[in-house]
Amino acid sequence: MVENRPFLTVLTHAALIIGVLFLCFPVWMALVASTHSADALSSSPIPMWFGDQGWQNYSLLISRGLPEAGGVPLGRMMLNSAIMALGITFGKIAISIISAYAVVYFKFPFRMVFFWMIFITLMLPVEVRILPTFDVVTKMGLLNSYAGLIVPLIASATATLLFRQFFLTIPDELVEAARIDRAGPLRFFWDILLPLSRTNIAALFIILFIFGWNQYLWPLLVTTDEGLYTIVMGIQRMVNSGESLPVWHLIMGTAVLAMIPPVLVVIAMQKLFVKGLVESEK
Amino acid sequence: MQKRVVYRSKLLPYLLVAPQIAITLIFFFWPSYQALESSFYVEDAFGFSRNWVGMQNYAELFADPGYLRSFRTTLIFSVSVAALTMSISLGLAVAANRVIRAATAYRTLLIWPYAVAPALAGVIWYFLMNPSLGIVAYWLKALGVNWNHYVNGDQALLLVIVAAAWKQISYNFLFFLAGLQSIPKSLIEAAAIDRASPARRFWTIVFPLLTPTTFFLLVINLVYAFFDTFALIHATTEGGPVDATSILVYRVYSTGFVGQDYGSSAAQSVVLMALVVGMTFIQFRYIERKVNY
Repeated sequence: MVENRPFLTVLTHAALIIGVLFLCFPVWMALVASTHSADALSSSPIPMWFGDQGWQNYSLLISRGLPEAGGVPLGRMMLNSAIMALGITFGKIAISIISAYAVVYFKFPFRMVFFWMIFITLMLPVEVRILPTFDVVTKMGLLNSYAGLIVPLIASATATLLFRQFFLTIPDELVEAARIDRAGPLRFFWDILLPLSRTNIAALFIILFIFGWNQYLWPLLVTTDEGLYTIVMGIQRMVNSGESLPVWHLIMGTAVLAMIPPVLVVIAMQKLFVKGLVESEK
Repeated sequence: MQKRVVYRSKLLPYLLVAPQIAITLIFFFWPSYQALESSFYVEDAFGFSRNWVGMQNYAELFADPGYLRSFRTTLIFSVSVAALTMSISLGLAVAANRVIRAATAYRTLLIWPYAVAPALAGVIWYFLMNPSLGIVAYWLKALGVNWNHYVNGDQALLLVIVAAAWKQISYNFLFFLAGLQSIPKSLIEAAAIDRASPARRFWTIVFPLLTPTTFFLLVINLVYAFFDTFALIHATTEGGPVDATSILVYRVYSTGFVGQDYGSSAAQSVVLMALVVGMTFIQFRYIERKVNY
């Protein structure tokens, strides 16, 4: 702060508090609604403080699911989400780090061609080419499988670029030293490069986990088998469940369960998260 | 671009790039090529035969008032989302940059919505604004606004704008905050010694120095509004009522998967791809210039 202006300080805190309220209020209401019975939510205005049905609602959701939405237990959906998110995260990190390694530390024909091929995919979100990609996956027989959920999403230009950027900052002397000690390329990668990349991998892990967990359109198309539904796309079937009125207390419970894992990751690893976010977008 | 010291190996580098390249070829290049190709054909309803029609799909697309309206909706939607998030998060970032007390607590409370999926953000706001039991709709009624997004297209559009902007605030906030923290304190102090008021300091020093961040975020927000909000719209309004919230990317989906008109959906994909490539290009041009400055 440059000078002391009490009025401005009050204004600053007021603005921040209003901002926090605006961001937290919707989720507060979702939390509150998920602890009431359907009756309590049937007349307006709905309560703004917790009810006593929370335990029943959540245990119903986790163990049995919602009959209107196919009756898949949410525990199952969350497991699917976790498998998909972790598969995408590990897949992306694994294939990106080795391709970045190849591009930076080797000299071989078509090196730049490969680099540009990866780079250009930065521009093509899956939503844009959804129909033909779906066709390809159908032809390969990957519908309704974890592989179909994960593999098409693991190519990552962002992660490759990030690792490339990082490798370029590692001093050449390290490679020289490793070569003098007769370490081959794989040994150098495993014993030196990988340990050095730990922080970057961790930061990237958070961003990619959130990306994977929050996938929506892709699981919606690839899975028709209810046993493979992920929680973020599963909620859609509850909201637009046709003739019956949406059961808001259970839908909000689902929303809360669906956002807990990624939100916890962000809050628990805030420093790494900020680092990962800011660096992966540069 | 590359290391001075490199390894030499005939086979290894190819093995290392192979997984990435294979996935890129199968799931990016091949489908993109297919989209391009099938945008020049008309397929019959059962997929048995198709006829080459040249540019007809594109011509029909741009003659279709529904598609042109969808362009307009997308424009209103994305500009509003970008303007709303950026102004709110700039304000919050400036405030957060100024406080000393409880700075970390504020930051934590402001960044977590980044982790909320767009679909969930949509569903929660859908609930808050539900005409019969939503609390916000209730307040609006008390203020004399008759809120019903099931019937009123403009209100439905406003609903998805608010939900999309809400979700994006944390992201913008973080980048604005990083941008603000990189501005040298001495500049601000010098201006303060010259008796420039806080408002004046902001508009003549801070804001111009933030231009690269602002521009970067503008592009990111537009791309977000164009594509990532698909989930938000699909989980809530489903493009309705009467196409009022049917943005371009939603139309690609509804024409292809619901309407089964592959040629037209492919043509729409190609138009969208051209738009993204254009935006990315602009951004990279700009980033290159930023390096000099």
